[in-house]
Amino acid sequence: MISNQAKKQIDVWVAKYPIGRQSSAVMEALKIVQAENENRLSADIIQAVADYLDMPSIAAQEVATFYENYNHKSVGKHTIRICHNISCMLNGADDLVKYLEKKLGVKTGKVTKNGLVNVKKVECLGACVGAPMFQIGEQYYENLTKQKIDEIVDNLK
Amino acid sequence: MNEVCFKNLDKKKCYSLKVYEQSGGYSIWRKILKGELTPEEIIDELKASGLRGRGGAGFPTGLKWSFMPRNASMQKYVVCNSDEGEPGTCKDRDILRYNPHAVIEGMAIGGFVMNASVGYNYIRGEFMEPFKRFEGALKEVYKAGLLGKNIGASGVSFDLHTHLGAGAYICGEETALLESIEGKKGQPRFKPPFPANVGLFGQPTTINNTESFASVPEILSQGGQWFADIGVENSGGCKLFSVTGHVQKPSNFEVPMGIPFKDLLEMAGGIKKGRKLKAVIPGGSSTPVLTAEVAMEMTMDYDGIEKAGSMLGAGSVIVMDDSTCMVATLTRLAHFYYDESCGQCTPCREGTGWLYRVLKRIMDGDGKADDIDLLLGVSDKIMGNTICALGDAAAMPVESFLRNFRPEFEYYIKHGKSMVKG
Ligand SMILES: Cc1cc2nc3c(=O)[nH]c(=O)nc-3n(C[C@H](O)[C@H](O)[C@H](O)COP(=O)(O)O)c2cc1C
Ligand code: SF4
Ligand code: FES
Repeated sequence: MISNQAKKQIDVWVAKYPIGRQSSAVMEALKIVQAENENRLSADIIQAVADYLDMPSIAAQEVATFYENYNHKSVGKHTIRICHNISCMLNGADDLVKYLEKKLGVKTGKVTKNGLVNVKKVECLGACVGAPMFQIGEQYYENLTKQKIDEIVDNLK
Repeated sequence: MNEVCFKNLDKKKCYSLKVYEQSGGYSIWRKILKGELTPEEIIDELKASGLRGRGGAGFPTGLKWSFMPRNASMQKYVVCNSDEGEPGTCKDRDILRYNPHAVIEGMAIGGFVMNASVGYNYIRGEFMEPFKRFEGALKEVYKAGLLGKNIGASGVSFDLHTHLGAGAYICGEETALLESIEGKKGQPRFKPPFPANVGLFGQPTTINNTESFASVPEILSQGGQWFADIGVENSGGCKLFSVTGHVQKPSNFEVPMGIPFKDLLEMAGGIKKGRKLKAVIPGGSSTPVLTAEVAMEMTMDYDGIEKAGSMLGAGSVIVMDDSTCMVATLTRLAHFYYDESCGQCTPCREGTGWLYRVLKRIMDGDGKADDIDLLLGVSDKIMGNTICALGDAAAMPVESFLRNFRPEFEYYIKHGKSMVKG
């Protein structure tokens, strides 16, 4: 269920915490397995992580549902996480959300038909001096304009 | 400007160990390793510097460090709060990206002072670029033999690890953050006991903000008095202000405490062309909003902002011009707190939902005449009645938006649309 590669990555995190506190690594462990599973978690995978970290599966489930970065349904290959909080809103984020919806032909929260992209409105990403901004994968894109969005989104594969 | 956390900002590879050391970095840590500095001396300097916690609450850092039971034999921890998520705040991201070594040295010094041999830096999960920078910096210091166990046979040990968040604003609250490092839901703990007694993994722990830690090495190099003199009474030193919103050149500025707001506004290029200043939130979304008139007279220090009727918070200055609809803005903030409430306390869980739904109803044109009283009543019931300060943070904007811009809300309720033409 969890690949050896993933186990290796998880072990790096486990080593950071005191002996017997391996469940501290659950947040990263869930991210690591999620990335290997088309960006989503399932009950079985959460169970596997709980087993690997020797913790109650309910505790792993709680973490998987409490934090925003875990997905429990299909989200497509890329998630465009666009900030709609105050500094970005003041700089036109709402317009850009509409623009993205129109461009991609989907409402926020839904995946494009080809399974490539989904747009999610998120709260402040701590890059307010670069408002409006969004995040795709690990990358932040700041000072967005419609033109810039075209360039970025058209290049998503 | 740029004297402490941003000292090396204009240098190439300013985040590297080499540049940091060339400008005096790790000299305090090396002194400690040579036994030339005592914890008491360091605490005295920090107290003299007037450094107050940069995470929002403004608690004096030197005093906080003195609360740790340093002579107790059990394991103790220092934890850095890099969870930066307060809307309008984006300074810690830049400290991590451009001066990670100052955070590391500050944490190591804290570890020595509080006799804590292990530290964790909790970095919000979205900050992957800052995280990688910080990890890169850690690698450099370990390689240079400046961290680890019994470092250079000095008898001093300090190991530092990162922990990544996974998307929850509430984890910025220090006890929720500790729960999160323990691999749990980020729900704040009841206090007491305070973390200095029962913290991470049940052990004594001190939590400080990224900017607080990053300020420590320079304070100790130049002296507490030097830092205090940069600022004003009760607000020692300089501070990073994130100036965002309707300004021409949004940016982070490290400037002396006490600088007039209008100067800071000018540094950010002023208001957008053809527009007029309408309102300012001076310390991040959780702090009360001020009118333009009041803001233009305000100085940017703890007392100055308090006198104006708000709080310095994290130094996140959100500027709004006359195109801003205050009803829409408050609704967005209310949605944020509703979304981020951890749900543990009834007044916060239910109250934030109420606030958002009533505001949404006003926005949808279905507002009722007594909705303003309802909003005030609900925020009053939240204030002071919750486990953590998120409850207050949700209530304070409501009260201040209504107090300062009440006619806009009345108009919206009566006419079903905004009185502001955007
Ligand atoms: C809801 C909430 C969110 C917070 N978010 C942060 C944060 O992102 N970063 C931070 O340093 N402090 C945050 N704080 C404040 C911390 O609880 C704590 O006071 C701070 O990290 C202490 O460090 P300092 O003394 O150096 O400021 C938050 C508090 C609350 C109630
Ligand atoms: S005030 Fe809100 S966020 Fe804080 S503990 Fe209570 S329910 Fe959770
Ligand atoms: S408000 Fe959008 S990044 Fe902070």
